[in-house]
Amino acid sequence: MGAGHHHQLYLPGVSVAHRLPPQCKLLAVLAFAIVVVATPREWFWAFAAYAVLLGAVAAAGRVPASHVARRMVIEVPFVLFAVLIPVIGMGERVSVLGLSLSLEGLWAAWNILAKATLGVVASILLAATTEPRVILLGAQRLRLPSLLVQIAMFMLRYMDVILDEMRRMRVARESRGFEARNARHIPVIARSAGALFIRSYERGERVHLAMLSRGYTGQMPIMADMSASAAQWGTALALPAAALAVLGLSALGLT
Amino acid sequence: MNSLEVRQLAYAYPDGTQALFGVDLSIARGERVALLGPNGAGKTTLVMHLNGILTAGHGTVTVAGTPVGKDTLKEVRQRVGLVFQDPDDQLFMPTVRDDVAFGPANAGLRGAELDRVVEDALARVGMLEAADRPPHHLSFGQRRRVAVATVLAMRPEILVLDEPSSNLDPAARRELAEILRSLDVTVLMVTHDLPYALELCERSLILSGGVIAADGPTRELLADADLLARHRLELPYGFAIPAV
Repeated sequence: MGAGHHHQLYLPGVSVAHRLPPQCKLLAVLAFAIVVVATPREWFWAFAAYAVLLGAVAAAGRVPASHVARRMVIEVPFVLFAVLIPVIGMGERVSVLGLSLSLEGLWAAWNILAKATLGVVASILLAATTEPRVILLGAQRLRLPSLLVQIAMFMLRYMDVILDEMRRMRVARESRGFEARNARHIPVIARSAGALFIRSYERGERVHLAMLSRGYTGQMPIMADMSASAAQWGTALALPAAALAVLGLSALGLT
Repeated sequence: MNSLEVRQLAYAYPDGTQALFGVDLSIARGERVALLGPNGAGKTTLVMHLNGILTAGHGTVTVAGTPVGKDTLKEVRQRVGLVFQDPDDQLFMPTVRDDVAFGPANAGLRGAELDRVVEDALARVGMLEAADRPPHHLSFGQRRRVAVATVLAMRPEILVLDEPSSNLDPAARRELAEILRSLDVTVLMVTHDLPYALELCERSLILSGGVIAADGPTRELLADADLLARHRLELPYGFAIPAV
Protein backbone atom coordinates (compact mmCIF):
# COMPACT_ATOMS: atom_id res chain seq x y z
CA MET A 1 0.00 0.00 0.00
CA GLY A 2 1.08 3.58 -0.50
CA ALA A 3 2.34 5.91 -3.15
CA GLY A 4 5.70 4.15 -3.38
CA HIS A 5 4.10 0.89 -4.45
CA HIS A 6 4.86 0.02 -8.06
CA HIS A 7 4.36 -2.92 -10.30
CA GLN A 8 7.21 -5.32 -9.67
CA LEU A 9 8.48 -5.19 -13.23
CA TYR A 10 8.70 -1.42 -13.25
CA LEU A 11 11.77 0.44 -12.06
CA PRO A 12 10.93 4.11 -11.42
CA GLY A 13 13.38 6.54 -12.97
CA VAL A 14 13.83 9.61 -15.15
CA SER A 15 16.32 8.34 -17.75
CA VAL A 16 16.07 8.85 -21.51
CA ALA A 17 14.57 5.38 -21.76
CA HIS A 18 11.91 6.24 -19.17
CA ARG A 19 10.92 9.50 -20.83
CA LEU A 20 10.41 8.19 -24.37
CA PRO A 21 6.75 7.91 -25.39
CA PRO A 22 5.53 4.32 -24.97
CA GLN A 23 4.44 3.84 -28.57
CA CYS A 24 8.04 4.52 -29.74
CA LYS A 25 9.45 1.99 -27.28
CA LEU A 26 6.86 -0.66 -28.13
CA LEU A 27 7.56 -0.39 -31.83
CA ALA A 28 11.33 -0.36 -31.24
CA VAL A 29 11.19 -3.57 -29.18
CA LEU A 30 8.95 -5.25 -31.75
CA ALA A 31 11.27 -4.27 -34.63
CA PHE A 32 14.32 -5.40 -32.65
CA ALA A 33 12.72 -8.78 -31.99
CA ILE A 34 11.92 -9.22 -35.69
CA VAL A 35 15.54 -8.48 -36.67
CA VAL A 36 16.80 -10.94 -34.03
CA VAL A 37 14.47 -13.68 -35.20
CA ALA A 38 15.43 -13.07 -38.83
CA THR A 39 19.13 -13.58 -38.10
CA PRO A 40 20.49 -16.99 -39.23
CA ARG A 41 21.57 -19.02 -36.20
CA GLU A 42 25.13 -19.50 -37.46
CA TRP A 43 25.95 -15.77 -37.23
CA PHE A 44 27.37 -15.79 -33.70
CA TRP A 45 28.89 -12.33 -33.95
CA ALA A 46 25.58 -10.77 -34.82
CA PHE A 47 24.01 -12.21 -31.65
CA ALA A 48 26.94 -10.92 -29.59
CA ALA A 49 26.44 -7.48 -31.11
CA TYR A 50 22.70 -7.57 -30.29
CA ALA A 51 23.56 -8.38 -26.67
CA VAL A 52 25.92 -5.41 -26.58
CA LEU A 53 23.12 -3.18 -27.96
CA LEU A 54 20.76 -4.31 -25.19
CA GLY A 55 23.55 -3.66 -22.67
CA ALA A 56 23.75 -0.10 -23.97
CA VAL A 57 19.96 0.32 -23.62
CA ALA A 58 20.11 -1.01 -20.05
CA ALA A 59 22.86 1.48 -19.25
CA ALA A 60 20.85 4.33 -20.78
CA GLY A 61 17.80 3.31 -18.74
CA ARG A 62 19.85 2.83 -15.54
CA VAL A 63 18.50 -0.71 -15.22
CA PRO A 64 20.95 -2.78 -13.11
CA ALA A 65 21.95 -6.22 -14.40
CA SER A 66 20.61 -7.83 -11.22
CA HIS A 67 17.10 -6.46 -11.96
CA VAL A 68 17.20 -8.02 -15.43
CA ALA A 69 18.71 -11.29 -14.18
CA ARG A 70 16.04 -11.82 -11.51
CA ARG A 71 13.23 -11.31 -13.99
CA MET A 72 14.73 -13.68 -16.54
CA VAL A 73 13.43 -16.57 -14.44
CA ILE A 74 10.39 -16.45 -16.71
CA GLU A 75 12.55 -17.99 -19.44
CA VAL A 76 13.34 -21.14 -17.42
CA PRO A 77 10.66 -23.37 -19.03
CA PHE A 78 12.04 -22.54 -22.48
CA VAL A 79 15.56 -23.29 -21.30
CA LEU A 80 14.47 -26.70 -20.04
CA PHE A 81 12.82 -27.40 -23.38
CA ALA A 82 15.92 -26.24 -25.25
CA VAL A 83 18.18 -28.47 -23.13
CA LEU A 84 16.07 -31.51 -24.06
CA ILE A 85 16.27 -31.00 -27.82
CA PRO A 86 19.92 -32.15 -28.31
CA VAL A 87 19.25 -35.25 -26.21
CA ILE A 88 16.17 -36.38 -28.10
CA GLY A 89 17.18 -34.90 -31.47
CA MET A 90 17.77 -37.01 -34.61
CA GLY A 91 20.54 -37.10 -37.19
CA GLU A 92 24.31 -36.80 -36.91
CA ARG A 93 25.53 -37.07 -33.31
CA VAL A 94 28.52 -35.65 -31.48
CA SER A 95 29.96 -36.58 -28.12
CA VAL A 96 30.04 -33.84 -25.49
CA LEU A 97 31.38 -34.70 -22.01
CA GLY A 98 30.54 -38.32 -22.61
CA LEU A 99 26.97 -37.59 -23.75
CA SER A 100 25.90 -38.41 -27.28
CA LEU A 101 24.04 -35.35 -28.57
CA SER A 102 22.37 -34.58 -31.85
CA LEU A 103 24.23 -31.93 -33.86
CA GLU A 104 21.02 -30.64 -35.41
CA GLY A 105 19.48 -30.59 -31.91
CA LEU A 106 22.36 -28.51 -30.57
CA TRP A 107 21.87 -25.95 -33.31
CA ALA A 108 18.14 -25.83 -32.66
CA ALA A 109 18.69 -25.40 -28.91
CA TRP A 110 21.19 -22.59 -29.47
CA ASN A 111 18.79 -20.92 -31.89
CA ILE A 112 15.94 -20.98 -29.37
CA LEU A 113 18.07 -19.94 -26.42
CA ALA A 114 19.86 -17.06 -28.11
CA LYS A 115 16.77 -15.56 -29.72
CA ALA A 116 14.49 -16.07 -26.73
CA THR A 117 17.03 -14.58 -24.34
CA LEU A 118 17.49 -11.47 -26.48
CA GLY A 119 13.70 -11.07 -26.80
CA VAL A 120 13.09 -11.57 -23.09
CA VAL A 121 15.80 -9.11 -22.12
CA ALA A 122 14.40 -6.51 -24.52
CA SER A 123 10.91 -6.97 -23.01
CA ILE A 124 12.26 -6.74 -19.47
CA LEU A 125 13.99 -3.49 -20.35
CA LEU A 126 10.74 -2.15 -21.82
CA ALA A 127 8.79 -3.15 -18.71
CA ALA A 128 11.46 -1.76 -16.39
CA THR A 129 11.30 1.67 -18.00
CA THR A 130 7.56 1.90 -18.74
CA GLU A 131 4.65 1.57 -16.32
CA PRO A 132 2.16 -1.12 -17.35
CA ARG A 133 -0.71 1.33 -17.84
CA VAL A 134 1.52 3.54 -19.98
CA ILE A 135 2.47 0.54 -22.15
CA LEU A 136 -1.25 0.07 -22.75
CA LEU A 137 -1.67 3.74 -23.66
CA GLY A 138 1.15 3.22 -26.16
CA ALA A 139 -0.61 0.17 -27.58
CA GLN A 140 -3.79 2.21 -27.91
CA ARG A 141 -1.81 4.90 -29.67
CA LEU A 142 -0.42 2.27 -32.09
CA ARG A 143 -4.04 1.42 -33.01
CA LEU A 144 -4.07 -1.99 -31.39
CA PRO A 145 -7.72 -3.14 -31.35
CA SER A 146 -9.38 -0.98 -28.70
CA LEU A 147 -11.22 -3.95 -27.23
CA LEU A 148 -7.96 -5.80 -26.50
CA VAL A 149 -6.41 -2.72 -24.91
CA GLN A 150 -9.48 -2.21 -22.73
CA ILE A 151 -9.46 -5.84 -21.62
CA ALA A 152 -5.80 -5.55 -20.63
CA MET A 153 -6.49 -2.27 -18.85
CA PHE A 154 -9.28 -3.82 -16.76
CA MET A 155 -7.10 -6.81 -15.99
CA LEU A 156 -4.48 -4.45 -14.64
CA ARG A 157 -7.04 -2.58 -12.54
CA TYR A 158 -8.98 -5.54 -11.20
CA MET A 159 -6.20 -8.10 -10.71
CA ASP A 160 -5.72 -7.07 -7.09
CA VAL A 161 -9.45 -6.90 -6.44
CA ILE A 162 -9.97 -10.42 -7.75
CA LEU A 163 -6.90 -11.82 -5.97
CA ASP A 164 -8.26 -10.31 -2.79
CA GLU A 165 -11.62 -11.95 -3.36
CA MET A 166 -9.83 -15.25 -3.98
CA ARG A 167 -7.90 -14.86 -0.74
CA ARG A 168 -11.10 -14.18 1.19
CA MET A 169 -12.68 -17.32 -0.25
CA ARG A 170 -9.64 -19.36 0.77
CA VAL A 171 -9.77 -17.93 4.30
CA ALA A 172 -13.49 -18.77 4.44
CA ARG A 173 -12.78 -22.37 3.35
CA GLU A 174 -9.95 -22.82 5.81
CA SER A 175 -11.90 -21.26 8.67
CA ARG A 176 -14.35 -24.09 8.26
CA GLY A 177 -11.61 -26.67 8.45
CA PHE A 178 -10.95 -27.29 4.77
CA GLU A 179 -7.45 -27.88 3.54
CA ALA A 180 -6.65 -29.04 0.03
CA ARG A 181 -4.50 -32.12 0.54
CA ASN A 182 -5.29 -34.54 -2.23
CA ALA A 183 -7.19 -35.05 -5.47
CA ARG A 184 -10.50 -35.65 -3.70
CA HIS A 185 -10.49 -31.97 -2.74
CA ILE A 186 -10.34 -30.78 -6.32
CA PRO A 187 -14.15 -30.42 -6.68
CA VAL A 188 -14.22 -27.97 -3.76
CA ILE A 189 -11.50 -25.84 -5.34
CA ALA A 190 -13.29 -26.06 -8.69
CA ARG A 191 -16.54 -24.82 -7.15
CA SER A 192 -14.66 -21.91 -5.58
CA ALA A 193 -13.19 -21.07 -8.97
CA GLY A 194 -16.68 -21.15 -10.46
CA ALA A 195 -18.01 -18.86 -7.75
CA LEU A 196 -15.10 -16.50 -8.31
CA PHE A 197 -15.88 -16.43 -12.02
CA ILE A 198 -19.52 -15.54 -11.38
CA ARG A 199 -18.59 -12.85 -8.87
CA SER A 200 -16.13 -11.34 -11.32
CA TYR A 201 -18.67 -11.51 -14.11
CA GLU A 202 -21.24 -9.69 -11.98
CA ARG A 203 -18.66 -7.11 -11.04
CA GLY A 204 -17.99 -6.65 -14.75
CA GLU A 205 -21.66 -5.87 -15.29
CA ARG A 206 -21.65 -3.32 -12.47
CA VAL A 207 -18.49 -1.70 -13.81
CA HIS A 208 -20.13 -1.50 -17.23
CA LEU A 209 -23.12 0.28 -15.68
CA ALA A 210 -20.76 2.70 -13.95
CA MET A 211 -19.05 3.36 -17.28
CA LEU A 212 -22.36 3.93 -19.06
CA SER A 213 -23.35 6.33 -16.29
CA ARG A 214 -20.38 8.46 -17.15
CA GLY A 215 -20.95 8.62 -20.86
CA TYR A 216 -19.01 5.56 -22.13
CA THR A 217 -19.80 4.86 -25.76
CA GLY A 218 -17.46 1.95 -26.50
CA GLN A 219 -14.22 3.90 -26.88
CA MET A 220 -11.88 4.88 -24.08
CA PRO A 221 -11.31 8.61 -24.30
CA ILE A 222 -7.65 9.44 -24.99
CA MET A 223 -6.89 12.03 -22.35
CA ALA A 224 -3.15 12.54 -22.24
CA ASP A 225 -1.35 14.15 -25.12
CA MET A 226 1.09 11.42 -26.09
CA SER A 227 2.34 12.56 -29.45
CA ALA A 228 5.99 11.74 -30.08
CA SER A 229 8.45 14.07 -31.78
CA ALA A 230 10.63 12.94 -34.68
CA ALA A 231 13.65 13.07 -32.34
CA GLN A 232 11.93 10.72 -29.88
CA TRP A 233 11.07 8.28 -32.66
CA GLY A 234 14.68 8.55 -33.82
CA THR A 235 16.05 7.77 -30.35
CA ALA A 236 13.76 4.79 -29.84
CA LEU A 237 14.27 3.34 -33.31
CA ALA A 238 18.05 3.60 -32.97
CA LEU A 239 17.94 0.16 -31.31
CA PRO A 240 16.33 -1.79 -34.17
CA ALA A 241 18.22 0.33 -36.71
CA ALA A 242 21.54 -0.62 -35.13
CA ALA A 243 20.46 -4.26 -35.00
CA LEU A 244 19.51 -4.12 -38.67
CA ALA A 245 22.91 -2.61 -39.48
CA VAL A 246 24.60 -5.50 -37.65
CA LEU A 247 22.49 -7.95 -39.62
CA GLY A 248 23.38 -6.20 -42.89
CA LEU A 249 27.10 -6.12 -42.14
CA SER A 250 27.07 -9.80 -41.18
CA ALA A 251 25.31 -10.64 -44.43
CA LEU A 252 27.95 -8.72 -46.43
CA GLY A 253 30.75 -10.38 -44.53
CA LEU A 254 29.43 -13.87 -45.03
CA THR A 255 28.30 -13.84 -48.65
CA MET B 1 -37.69 23.86 -12.15
CA ASN B 2 -37.29 20.71 -10.10
CA SER B 3 -34.05 18.74 -10.32
CA LEU B 4 -35.97 15.48 -10.43
CA GLU B 5 -39.56 14.55 -11.18
CA VAL B 6 -40.76 10.96 -11.13
CA ARG B 7 -44.38 10.31 -12.16
CA GLN B 8 -46.25 7.03 -11.83
CA LEU B 9 -43.09 4.99 -12.39
CA ALA B 10 -43.73 1.26 -12.59
CA TYR B 11 -41.26 -1.46 -13.50
CA ALA B 12 -41.21 -5.22 -13.70
CA TYR B 13 -38.05 -7.23 -14.21
CA PRO B 14 -37.87 -9.40 -17.33
CA ASP B 15 -38.69 -12.47 -15.20
CA GLY B 16 -42.01 -10.85 -14.28
CA THR B 17 -41.16 -9.72 -10.74
CA GLN B 18 -42.80 -6.35 -10.25
CA ALA B 19 -40.43 -4.05 -8.33
CA LEU B 20 -42.05 -0.61 -8.63
CA PHE B 21 -45.81 -0.03 -8.58
CA GLY B 22 -46.20 3.66 -9.45
CA VAL B 23 -43.64 5.87 -7.74
CA ASP B 24 -44.28 9.62 -7.51
CA LEU B 25 -41.68 12.02 -6.19
CA SER B 26 -40.18 15.40 -6.91
CA ILE B 27 -37.01 16.98 -5.63
CA ALA B 28 -36.43 20.72 -5.86
CA ARG B 29 -33.08 22.16 -6.87
CA GLY B 30 -30.62 22.36 -3.97
CA GLU B 31 -32.57 19.96 -1.72
CA ARG B 32 -30.92 17.05 0.10
CA VAL B 33 -33.39 14.19 0.31
CA ALA B 34 -33.03 10.71 1.78
CA LEU B 35 -34.76 7.75 0.17
CA LEU B 36 -35.33 5.26 2.96
CA GLY B 37 -36.53 1.74 2.69
CA PRO B 38 -35.79 -1.80 3.82
CA ASN B 39 -33.78 -4.20 1.67
CA GLY B 40 -35.81 -5.32 -1.32
CA ALA B 41 -38.08 -2.26 -1.31
CA GLY B 42 -37.00 -1.35 -4.85
CA LYS B 43 -34.54 1.41 -3.95
CA THR B 44 -31.80 0.28 -6.31
CA THR B 45 -34.33 -0.40 -9.08
CA LEU B 46 -35.60 3.16 -8.72
CA VAL B 47 -32.06 4.55 -8.82
CA MET B 48 -31.33 2.63 -12.04
CA HIS B 49 -34.22 4.49 -13.68
CA LEU B 50 -32.89 7.91 -12.79
CA ASN B 51 -30.16 7.81 -15.42
CA GLY B 52 -31.80 5.48 -17.88
CA ILE B 53 -29.94 2.25 -17.11
CA LEU B 54 -33.39 0.71 -16.73
CA THR B 55 -36.22 2.15 -18.77
CA ALA B 56 -39.63 2.64 -17.24
CA GLY B 57 -42.32 0.08 -17.93
CA HIS B 58 -44.83 2.83 -17.25
CA GLY B 59 -44.54 6.44 -16.11
CA THR B 60 -41.89 9.10 -16.59
CA VAL B 61 -38.64 10.36 -15.07
CA THR B 62 -37.70 13.97 -15.76
CA VAL B 63 -34.30 15.42 -14.86
CA ALA B 64 -34.16 19.23 -14.81
CA GLY B 65 -36.92 19.38 -17.40
CA THR B 66 -35.44 16.70 -19.69
CA PRO B 67 -37.47 13.50 -19.87
CA VAL B 68 -35.36 10.32 -19.61
CA GLY B 69 -35.66 8.46 -22.91
CA LYS B 70 -33.53 6.73 -25.51
CA ASP B 71 -32.62 9.95 -27.34
CA THR B 72 -31.79 11.93 -24.18
CA LEU B 73 -29.62 9.27 -22.48
CA LYS B 74 -26.35 11.06 -23.05
CA GLU B 75 -27.59 14.34 -21.62
CA VAL B 76 -29.39 12.67 -18.71
CA ARG B 77 -26.35 10.63 -17.71
CA GLN B 78 -24.33 13.77 -17.51
CA ARG B 79 -26.92 15.44 -15.30
CA VAL B 80 -27.53 12.55 -12.91
CA GLY B 81 -24.40 11.60 -11.01
CA LEU B 82 -24.74 8.06 -9.72
CA VAL B 83 -22.37 7.00 -6.92
CA PHE B 84 -22.41 3.21 -6.63
CA GLN B 85 -22.28 1.34 -3.38
CA ASP B 86 -18.96 -0.43 -4.07
CA PRO B 87 -16.32 2.11 -5.08
CA ASP B 88 -14.37 -0.67 -6.83
CA ASP B 89 -17.22 -0.82 -9.35
CA GLN B 90 -16.99 2.88 -9.94
CA LEU B 91 -13.22 3.35 -10.08
CA PHE B 92 -12.16 1.36 -13.12
CA MET B 93 -9.24 3.37 -14.46
CA PRO B 94 -5.57 2.82 -13.55
CA THR B 95 -5.19 6.09 -11.62
CA VAL B 96 -7.47 8.37 -9.63
CA ARG B 97 -6.82 11.22 -12.07
CA ASP B 98 -7.75 9.15 -15.14
CA ASP B 99 -10.86 7.95 -13.40
CA VAL B 100 -12.13 11.40 -12.49
CA ALA B 101 -11.29 12.53 -16.04
CA PHE B 102 -13.24 9.67 -17.67
CA GLY B 103 -16.65 11.37 -17.57
CA PRO B 104 -15.63 14.87 -18.67
CA ALA B 105 -13.33 13.37 -21.36
CA ASN B 106 -16.28 11.42 -22.75
CA ALA B 107 -18.10 14.74 -22.85
CA GLY B 108 -15.29 16.10 -25.01
CA LEU B 109 -13.10 18.07 -22.57
CA ARG B 110 -9.34 17.95 -23.21
CA GLY B 111 -6.07 19.51 -22.08
CA ALA B 112 -5.91 22.30 -19.51
CA GLU B 113 -9.69 22.55 -19.13
CA LEU B 114 -9.91 18.82 -18.36
CA ASP B 115 -7.11 19.12 -15.79
CA ARG B 116 -8.87 22.02 -14.12
CA VAL B 117 -12.20 20.15 -13.85
CA VAL B 118 -10.45 17.04 -12.47
CA GLU B 119 -8.44 18.95 -9.89
CA ASP B 120 -11.45 20.98 -8.83
CA ALA B 121 -13.53 17.80 -8.28
CA LEU B 122 -10.73 16.12 -6.31
CA ALA B 123 -10.20 19.21 -4.18
CA ARG B 124 -13.91 19.28 -3.28
CA VAL B 125 -13.62 15.82 -1.72
CA GLY B 126 -10.18 16.48 -0.23
CA MET B 127 -8.40 13.90 -2.41
CA LEU B 128 -6.19 16.09 -4.59
CA GLU B 129 -2.92 14.63 -3.19
CA ALA B 130 -4.03 11.16 -4.29
CA ALA B 131 -4.52 12.16 -7.95
CA ASP B 132 -1.73 10.00 -9.34
CA ARG B 133 -2.24 6.95 -7.17
CA PRO B 134 -3.98 3.78 -8.32
CA PRO B 135 -7.43 3.42 -6.72
CA HIS B 136 -6.64 0.02 -5.17
CA HIS B 137 -3.97 1.62 -2.98
CA LEU B 138 -6.50 3.87 -1.25
CA SER B 139 -8.51 3.11 1.89
CA PHE B 140 -12.19 2.29 1.47
CA GLY B 141 -13.27 5.71 2.74
CA GLN B 142 -10.86 7.44 0.36
CA ARG B 143 -12.13 5.35 -2.53
CA ARG B 144 -15.70 6.36 -1.76
CA ARG B 145 -14.66 10.02 -1.75
CA VAL B 146 -12.93 9.60 -5.10
CA ALA B 147 -16.09 7.90 -6.40
CA VAL B 148 -18.01 11.04 -5.43
CA ALA B 149 -15.39 13.14 -7.23
CA THR B 150 -15.71 11.10 -10.45
CA VAL B 151 -19.35 12.10 -10.51
CA LEU B 152 -18.85 15.71 -9.38
CA ALA B 153 -16.46 16.21 -12.30
CA MET B 154 -19.44 15.82 -14.61
CA ARG B 155 -21.15 18.81 -12.93
CA PRO B 156 -24.34 16.92 -12.31
CA GLU B 157 -27.73 18.49 -11.66
CA ILE B 158 -28.36 15.87 -9.00
CA LEU B 159 -26.06 13.55 -7.07
CA VAL B 160 -27.56 10.12 -6.33
CA LEU B 161 -25.72 8.12 -3.67
CA ASP B 162 -26.46 4.44 -3.12
CA GLU B 163 -25.83 3.58 0.57
CA PRO B 164 -23.09 6.19 1.00
CA SER B 165 -22.30 5.24 4.60
CA SER B 166 -21.98 1.48 4.11
CA ASN B 167 -18.66 -0.07 5.20
CA LEU B 168 -17.27 3.26 6.43
CA ASP B 169 -15.63 3.56 9.81
CA PRO B 170 -17.00 6.36 12.04
CA ALA B 171 -14.32 8.88 11.04
CA ALA B 172 -14.73 8.22 7.32
CA ARG B 173 -18.49 8.44 7.77
CA ARG B 174 -18.19 11.87 9.40
CA GLU B 175 -15.72 13.08 6.75
CA LEU B 176 -18.07 12.03 3.96
CA ALA B 177 -20.96 13.80 5.72
CA GLU B 178 -18.92 17.00 5.91
CA ILE B 179 -18.10 16.75 2.21
CA LEU B 180 -21.71 16.10 1.21
CA ARG B 181 -22.87 19.05 3.30
CA SER B 182 -20.31 21.33 1.66
CA LEU B 183 -21.46 20.53 -1.89
CA ASP B 184 -23.71 22.98 -3.62
CA VAL B 185 -25.73 20.37 -5.48
CA THR B 186 -29.05 18.55 -5.21
CA VAL B 187 -28.59 15.21 -3.41
CA LEU B 188 -30.71 12.09 -3.31
CA MET B 189 -29.29 9.66 -0.78
CA VAL B 190 -30.53 6.08 -0.85
CA THR B 191 -29.99 4.43 2.51
CA HIS B 192 -31.29 2.48 5.44
CA ASP B 193 -28.87 4.26 7.77
CA LEU B 194 -31.51 6.39 9.49
CA PRO B 195 -29.19 8.50 11.70
CA TYR B 196 -27.16 9.41 8.61
CA ALA B 197 -30.35 10.51 6.85
CA LEU B 198 -31.28 12.63 9.86
CA GLU B 199 -27.83 14.17 9.96
CA LEU B 200 -27.74 15.15 6.29
CA CYS B 201 -31.26 15.44 4.93
CA GLU B 202 -34.09 17.71 5.96
CA ARG B 203 -36.60 15.68 4.01
CA SER B 204 -37.04 11.94 3.59
CA LEU B 205 -39.09 9.59 1.46
CA ILE B 206 -39.93 6.05 2.49
CA LEU B 207 -40.04 3.58 -0.39
CA SER B 208 -41.82 0.42 0.60
CA GLY B 209 -43.47 -2.27 -1.47
CA GLY B 210 -42.64 -0.40 -4.68
CA VAL B 211 -44.44 2.86 -3.80
CA ILE B 212 -43.59 6.02 -1.86
CA ALA B 213 -45.22 5.30 1.49
CA ALA B 214 -44.28 8.51 3.27
CA ASP B 215 -42.80 11.89 2.39
CA GLY B 216 -41.96 14.53 4.98
CA PRO B 217 -39.38 16.11 7.26
CA THR B 218 -36.84 13.44 8.27
CA ARG B 219 -37.19 14.29 11.94
CA GLU B 220 -40.97 13.73 11.89
CA LEU B 221 -40.78 10.47 9.97
CA LEU B 222 -38.11 9.03 12.24
CA ALA B 223 -40.05 10.05 15.35
CA ASP B 224 -43.05 8.00 14.19
CA ALA B 225 -42.19 4.55 15.53
CA ASP B 226 -45.35 2.95 14.09
CA LEU B 227 -44.64 4.27 10.62
CA LEU B 228 -41.08 2.93 10.75
CA ALA B 229 -42.19 -0.44 12.04
CA ARG B 230 -44.78 -0.78 9.26
CA HIS B 231 -42.01 -0.42 6.70
CA ARG B 232 -39.40 -2.58 8.39
CA LEU B 233 -37.25 0.37 9.40
CA GLU B 234 -35.73 0.78 12.86
CA LEU B 235 -33.54 3.26 14.62
CA PRO B 236 -30.32 1.70 15.96
CA TYR B 237 -30.29 0.54 19.58
CA GLY B 238 -29.99 3.42 22.01
CA PHE B 239 -30.63 6.06 19.37
CA ALA B 240 -33.25 8.70 20.06
CA ILE B 241 -34.20 11.65 17.85
CA PRO B 242 -32.46 14.58 19.56
CA ALA B 243 -34.77 17.40 20.63
CA VAL B 244 -34.62 20.47 18.38
